[in-house]
Amino acid sequence: MIQRFVRTLAAAAVATACLGQAAAQDAKVADELAKYREALADGNPADLLEVKGEALWAEKRGPKNASLEQCDLGQGPGKLDGAYAALPKYFKDTNKVMDVESRLVHCMVTLQGFTQAEVTKQWYSTPGKDSDIEALVTFIGAKSNGKPINVPASHPAEAKMAKMGEYIFYRRSGPQDFSCAICHGQDGKRIRLQELGNLTTREGAGVAMKTWPSYRVSQGAVWTMQRRLIDCMRQARWPEPEYLADAIIALETYLQKTATGTVMETPGIKR
Amino acid sequence: MKLKFALLAALTAAIAGQALAEAPGGKYAGEADRMFRASFKAENPKYWMTRLEQDETMKTCGEFRDNPPRKIGEKLEKLNKATIRYPVDGKLIGDWKEGEKLAAVGTGGHIGFIQPDPPGRVRGGNCYACHELAKKEIAYGTIGPSLREFGKIRGQDEDTIKYVYDKIYNSNAFTACTIMPRFGLHSWLTPEQITHIVAFLVDPESPVNKD
Repeated sequence: MIQRFVRTLAAAAVATACLGQAAAQDAKVADELAKYREALADGNPADLLEVKGEALWAEKRGPKNASLEQCDLGQGPGKLDGAYAALPKYFKDTNKVMDVESRLVHCMVTLQGFTQAEVTKQWYSTPGKDSDIEALVTFIGAKSNGKPINVPASHPAEAKMAKMGEYIFYRRSGPQDFSCAICHGQDGKRIRLQELGNLTTREGAGVAMKTWPSYRVSQGAVWTMQRRLIDCMRQARWPEPEYLADAIIALETYLQKTATGTVMETPGIKR
Repeated sequence: MKLKFALLAALTAAIAGQALAEAPGGKYAGEADRMFRASFKAENPKYWMTRLEQDETMKTCGEFRDNPPRKIGEKLEKLNKATIRYPVDGKLIGDWKEGEKLAAVGTGGHIGFIQPDPPGRVRGGNCYACHELAKKEIAYGTIGPSLREFGKIRGQDEDTIKYVYDKIYNSNAFTACTIMPRFGLHSWLTPEQITHIVAFLVDPESPVNKD
């Protein structure tokens, strides 16, 4: 693992040097950025988190001293293969459309006996403070690697959630008149040097959704989709959404529905 | 002749199809709006929450996926044109060096509890996020058109200067539902700061207009 990490660092250094030289042309810059990502993918720090998540999944914890092995993420108790790729999904027991994170939290509360507040207190990691949720979601996500995203939203509650997500996607507000669509509604655009996916198409949404959860090099941490979307809203200069809020799950449903059919490549690694 | 009719019919259907395209959210739009507003943390101060409010332009643009019918677009443009305010001294062209700095600044205005901007952090125009400007800056976005050599191509006459000022102050005065923010309307930039960006674009000495 350490060897792999050193190799990652070396590759990143080479790629960064390449970036410096590439300043002359756009195409070249984009090309080098692609190479940089490729080099980074050679040793993804998220792999460590995946191992940690696997251990947490099986460990007996909480007031009920139970593991998460009976957690039903939509494919039946304990069935993890392809579960992430098929979320968000309607769950009869809660009568709600839930994403991987809200369902995981539900399991930690019902099976292990934690309170929701305890479980979500550290829903994302900060320097020196790991997040169990990040580790568990990385592990669960990896169990869908190679599986196609499968959120047809055929249940009426899912179809409704996808429609509500679409509404939020186009809704403009704030001191910069932003919506998701203004950056992610067109093909082939860039913000500064960062390429922007057109999330209204299967291809664009597929590229965006297939690699989450993802290790963010600039953040030094794995980000879940909740974290990603909550940060989008920060970038839009909006107030902060509640973790696991319906608006986030609605956006996820809309995006996963649009991306359906795209093969998962997770955990990803990004800028 | 038959082919002509078929083409006409197809074209009509395409136009009608576009005009009749369902608004985002369909019949759930109202419910989705309430759900969206209810999704924010209770700890957000009230003055942050005002950022979720929509004026008529925002609301209409969302409804039409930023592509309103021309008649409605014209109405919004008129509405937005009426909001434009000018610096007290009436001078619309400022210092291009100040404008150059503002064009590069992308920080400011981030709120929330996770990663807010520190208080008093400078807010810029963040022009490079979307536009190519000075030749030496290669890290530019492509969401908006290239403005490289803007002054060289468009000149520095009074009308052009006023157009550039107005466009930055309220972009929707010219193109309803454009992606470009309304920097003056939202007081994101002051009228004086806008005059500096105007200078950065049109001044012959500005790097935008140099090789």
